[in-house]
Amino acid sequence: MTIDLPPGLLLIGAGLLAPLVPARLRPAFLLLAPAAEFAHLLSLVPGMTLRSEVFGFALEWVRVDRLSLAFGYVFVIASLLYAVFAWHLRGRLEPSAAMVYAGAAMSAVFAGDFLTLFLYWELTAITAVLVIWARGSEHAFRAGFRYIVVQLASGVLLAAGAAWRYAETGSLAFGAIGLDQPGGVLLLLAFGIKCAFPFLHNWLQDAYPEATATGTVVLSAFTTKLGIYALARGFPGTEMLIWIGTAMAAFPIFYAVIENDLRRVLAYSMNNQLGFMVVGVGVGTELSLNGTVAHAFADILFKGLLFMSMGAVLLRTGTVNGTNLGGLYKSMPWTTGFCIVGAASISAFPLFSGFVTKSLIMTAVAGDGRIVEWLILLFASAGVFHHAGIKIPYFAFFAHDAGIRCREAPANMLIAMGIAAALCIGIGVLPDLFYSILPFAVAYEPYTASHVVAQLQLLVFSALAFAVLMRTGIYPPELRSVNLDFDWLYRRAALRAVRRTTAFTSARIRQLGAIVSHAATWALAQGERRTSAGQFMADGGSTRGMALWVMVMLVSYLVLYYI
Amino acid sequence: MTDSRHSASTHERSYWLDDPANVTRLYRGVWVVGLLLVATDFVLRRHDDLAFAETVGFYALYGFVACVSLVLAAKLLRRAVKRPEDYYDH
Repeated sequence: MTIDLPPGLLLIGAGLLAPLVPARLRPAFLLLAPAAEFAHLLSLVPGMTLRSEVFGFALEWVRVDRLSLAFGYVFVIASLLYAVFAWHLRGRLEPSAAMVYAGAAMSAVFAGDFLTLFLYWELTAITAVLVIWARGSEHAFRAGFRYIVVQLASGVLLAAGAAWRYAETGSLAFGAIGLDQPGGVLLLLAFGIKCAFPFLHNWLQDAYPEATATGTVVLSAFTTKLGIYALARGFPGTEMLIWIGTAMAAFPIFYAVIENDLRRVLAYSMNNQLGFMVVGVGVGTELSLNGTVAHAFADILFKGLLFMSMGAVLLRTGTVNGTNLGGLYKSMPWTTGFCIVGAASISAFPLFSGFVTKSLIMTAVAGDGRIVEWLILLFASAGVFHHAGIKIPYFAFFAHDAGIRCREAPANMLIAMGIAAALCIGIGVLPDLFYSILPFAVAYEPYTASHVVAQLQLLVFSALAFAVLMRTGIYPPELRSVNLDFDWLYRRAALRAVRRTTAFTSARIRQLGAIVSHAATWALAQGERRTSAGQFMADGGSTRGMALWVMVMLVSYLVLYYI
Repeated sequence: MTDSRHSASTHERSYWLDDPANVTRLYRGVWVVGLLLVATDFVLRRHDDLAFAETVGFYALYGFVACVSLVLAAKLLRRAVKRPEDYYDH
């Protein structure tokens, strides 16, 4: 069955037209677009497609299956939430770019071939950097610049990998890829950048916290989940991903504990959640792939909710540094409540979304007999509650009262947070309804007495560890600082290396220049001396003699030509 | 304590959590809940995908130890990676 209107185009079109719409009507216009897109999406069924041939390439602009639909649903929900959350914005740039960005990401998950995927892949990069730059600060500009360099590198790898594959297989179709060909390795790296694999991850912690209060919310939903989608489509069951994902789940949480900027803490915690999803792809069973999709879906909502609550704090207080905040529950009780719902969801409390999604992945890992990985992931689960579940609400809204008295978040922000919170709880309370949109049939029951008790033990004792460390003063205080991460290599070490190389090279060039100029001076002086002394080579010779020699040469050339 | 020393003059209202005695009550309450959860393990034979995780109090102990070691390791990490806030600005 053919589709008339590719999903995502409505959002892209609305984003492009939005700058022309009067400022008063723009928020409503930008809310209508995802609403219409949502209705359109509900009319799609697996098996629909849109194909055409361009320059001899068979392209599949749209391919609808259960995997792309699940991501499509959550992407459209995220763009709706953003439209409400950013309702108060009057600027043109951010909301318009954000809507094109959302549309590009949505189009990308429905792309059936690499060329279409590449086009939208690049469009997400370009529009996302506009969202980052909309903050207008020096830091945002620089972070955005680093962001676009990394994202374009991902695009180049994608194009190169796809071209290599095309040369070997003669097909551009985007299906399971595997690592048996070099093109596959390039594609894995391209997807790995978007998924924030270890050592490819720093763009995330670098750029997202630099966007505006609203911008970070929309950024958090799409780019990384597009990476997860591509990974789930291309590399299910690739064993290497289990270890990559486990490392991603574990390492960022150490940074999250000592980071002061609470939105950066969330970026580290996002990296950790992506780790669980990557593990799910690596295990590659129906259960684990369902877990990856379910957890990506849930993460967009609860991480979006947490970023929204921190965005509201940033809007009202001008800061999200743990050192400056505390006691805000008195001024922003609703935001506090919504933040706690997000925190409970990411921590996988029973009745909240994380509980019914992450356990799919954990069960799949245990069922695969991977005890070491399972233990590390369990450590990461406890750590998530510690740094995202407790640290975020605690330092922002409780801790010691920093004396800030501000207004509650604006109504539109509260509505967006309320909807996101309701969805987080809805997924947690009605898992069967939620499971019905996953790619494969689910035969898993999250609410067994054993599972609930086990999870509550883990969480309550993680909370107790936090409380004990706080009360004994062992817990590291929030400090104003920068914590070096892998990006130091390109932000400092590489910069220094380039500077040193440049200094070295220019010094050598200067030396060479000095030698040449000395030599020239010497030669000139010699010539002058010889001229004045009337020696060999110093006389110019006669004009007649020169003319004769030229004639000899021309004649010999003529002769040689005819031979 | 009826008046927090940080509270702004416009907010004279005192909150339940402003009183350290209440915070201590809450803290003890969480311990009671935690110990009750461990006690449940003696009554309910938990089933788990992995046999060793069925041990009484496994998740409680693992969660506590995991978080304490996470924080201690992060403190060590901070010694290595902490730089002034404007480190990258020049």
